[in-house]
Amino acid sequence: MPSDFFIPDPEGQVPSPEGYFGAFGGKFIPEALVAAVDEVAVEYDKAKHDPEFARELDDLLVNYTGRPSSLTEVPRFAAEAGGARIFLKREDLNHTGSHKINNVLGQALLTKRMGKTRVIAETGAGQHGVATATACALFGLDCTIYMGEIDTQRQALNVARMRMLGAEVIAVKSGSRTLKDAINEAFRDWVANVDRTHYLFGTVAGPHPFPAMVRDFHRVIGVEARRQLLERAGRLPDAAVACVGGGSNAIGLFHAFIPDTDVRLIGCEPAGHGVETGEHAATLTAGEPGILHGSRSYVLQDEEGQITEPYSISAGLDYPGIGPEHSYLKDSGRGEYRAVTDDAAMQALRLLSRTEGIIPAIESAHALAGALEVGRELGKDGLIVVNLSGRGDKDMDTAARYFGLYDTDAAVAADEAGTGAEIEGDAK
Amino acid sequence: MSGNIQLLSDTLAAARAEGRSALMAYLPAGFPTVDGGIEAIKAALDGGADVVEVGLPHSDPVLDGPVIQTADDIALRGGVKIADVMRTVKEAHAATGKPILVMTYWNPIDRYGVERFTAELAEAGGAGCILPDLPVQESALWREHAEKHGLATVFVVAPSSKDERLAQITAAGSGFVYAASLMGVTGTRESVGAQAQDLVERTRATGTDLPVCVGLGVSNAEQAAEVAGFADGVIVGSAFVKCMLDAPDDAAGVEAVRALAGDLAKGVRGQA
Repeated sequence: MPSDFFIPDPEGQVPSPEGYFGAFGGKFIPEALVAAVDEVAVEYDKAKHDPEFARELDDLLVNYTGRPSSLTEVPRFAAEAGGARIFLKREDLNHTGSHKINNVLGQALLTKRMGKTRVIAETGAGQHGVATATACALFGLDCTIYMGEIDTQRQALNVARMRMLGAEVIAVKSGSRTLKDAINEAFRDWVANVDRTHYLFGTVAGPHPFPAMVRDFHRVIGVEARRQLLERAGRLPDAAVACVGGGSNAIGLFHAFIPDTDVRLIGCEPAGHGVETGEHAATLTAGEPGILHGSRSYVLQDEEGQITEPYSISAGLDYPGIGPEHSYLKDSGRGEYRAVTDDAAMQALRLLSRTEGIIPAIESAHALAGALEVGRELGKDGLIVVNLSGRGDKDMDTAARYFGLYDTDAAVAADEAGTGAEIEGDAK
Repeated sequence: MSGNIQLLSDTLAAARAEGRSALMAYLPAGFPTVDGGIEAIKAALDGGADVVEVGLPHSDPVLDGPVIQTADDIALRGGVKIADVMRTVKEAHAATGKPILVMTYWNPIDRYGVERFTAELAEAGGAGCILPDLPVQESALWREHAEKHGLATVFVVAPSSKDERLAQITAAGSGFVYAASLMGVTGTRESVGAQAQDLVERTRATGTDLPVCVGLGVSNAEQAAEVAGFADGVIVGSAFVKCMLDAPDDAAGVEAVRALAGDLAKGVRGQA
């Protein structure tokens, strides 16, 4: 199909027709949603083979989103990584500030094709919510965003952005009051309002066809990065590195490199305060296979199948599940997953800001911290591409508190003590 | 020991022979405590429920409204375990001789082990399971073990289910068919819409012999009488849970459960 930016997976690969990536995936949904989920699968399959759909989506991706996104080499940052060369795939430069818009525009077009007039979505960091609210404003769709109450507090800027765009934002007060609970609440809404509502799911999890469809909409990330690297560095990277919460930006970067078996695919999970403390959201590192939000995948759970509460400083990674294709990549050995602590991510956030003038999202900073580690392992001949999945504006309150950047409280106290806020930050 | 699927079928057949619908009550295990939950379930059965569905609380009850979410939360914070659910089934059945099912989400059973769970449920005297997020096409392993242990597999059908799916579901299910009266999560509603009757008729039109019982939204005797006019069973959940949540103490809650079961039992006999 002649499309430059909507580049679905070539036919014949995973998942199976039932939505399985090896042992993972499937469709564990209530009967009330079966007809709606089947409709999404049928419509997506039609759209995937319709040149008009690709033309419309390509037009949006170029003229609205700003694709292709840049590939930026970051030598001053890479100096901390043992001399390896590091390139950033700049999804932070997309309209709305993250990779999320790729998927949202695709599913918004699909919503129109299905004749539905209302969109609901979950959001953690607010990036998917902002992207969804943006697309709904663009297409004239009613929009309701579910967001955990804790996340509405730590990502208040994005709540305001969504409301500015005309979306209704509902703060979810059940459970751990984070992303998982926002998804629960969105499912409850969908069951009750499925006739006119599309659930614009934001990651590569959920029931089939969402993991494959959302991956297809993000696949452009890796396709572009691969082409750009061949032009700029003259060869494929040794490693492609991305952060993983639900896993959408990571699968978007990884997928085009899967056949390139010399390219290591490295996902960086949130270790929070450290996997050993139990306060983390490192699903592939510490979870077991189970069912959450409609598919079988690794899940953080206890021995009786109750989902355990995740923790990460990053709202967008604070999720006890993971897309089934990542579980498949892990078990097949094609993907490698490592855990990155809050502190390592925050240090990487500051390092990139100070050495390259790019403030990354805290989510993406987990990938940057992982890349520093991988770079030291590879040595000076190493070549790494990192998905810089989002920009950090939304995180400035969290970062300012973490590093003591405000004139009041921490910074003032530090000044009075004669230590300085930066040293305070370094100690963390 | 084999589970009590036959007792479930006999109970539903007996209600039909009396020219009435069966009354099924839902209450979660461990709510407000394990022993308190057992008392509430026994009161529902004493009061007039023919069958009880014991909820196995889950951390992520995506098909439940605020009432059952609150109850599940209380039960989980109280530390309820699957062993407590089994004890609840066992004591409720032993005290009343009536059929007891378990209703839960798929992950707790998947994690616990299907063989282990079905064997223990049969041993406790359970009659079967309702697993609303296990669709028929993912259910082969469960059904194999449920059948081996004499347990019913009750599938849910919804107003959005297409006719060919209804045929697939009624062919695979056993015990009865759970017809969701409306599109939505659990919770009490002002009225039970016309789509419930349409769904019951479409389900019966598959030619199934299974009784068709209606749940979601029914909370009082008038609604029970209305649903009893076209369904083989009436399932009431959130209204029972509310009895416990709204009561000043557990003993008063248990009495409210008994009284509600009595009212609803009249309703299913057309005496509302």
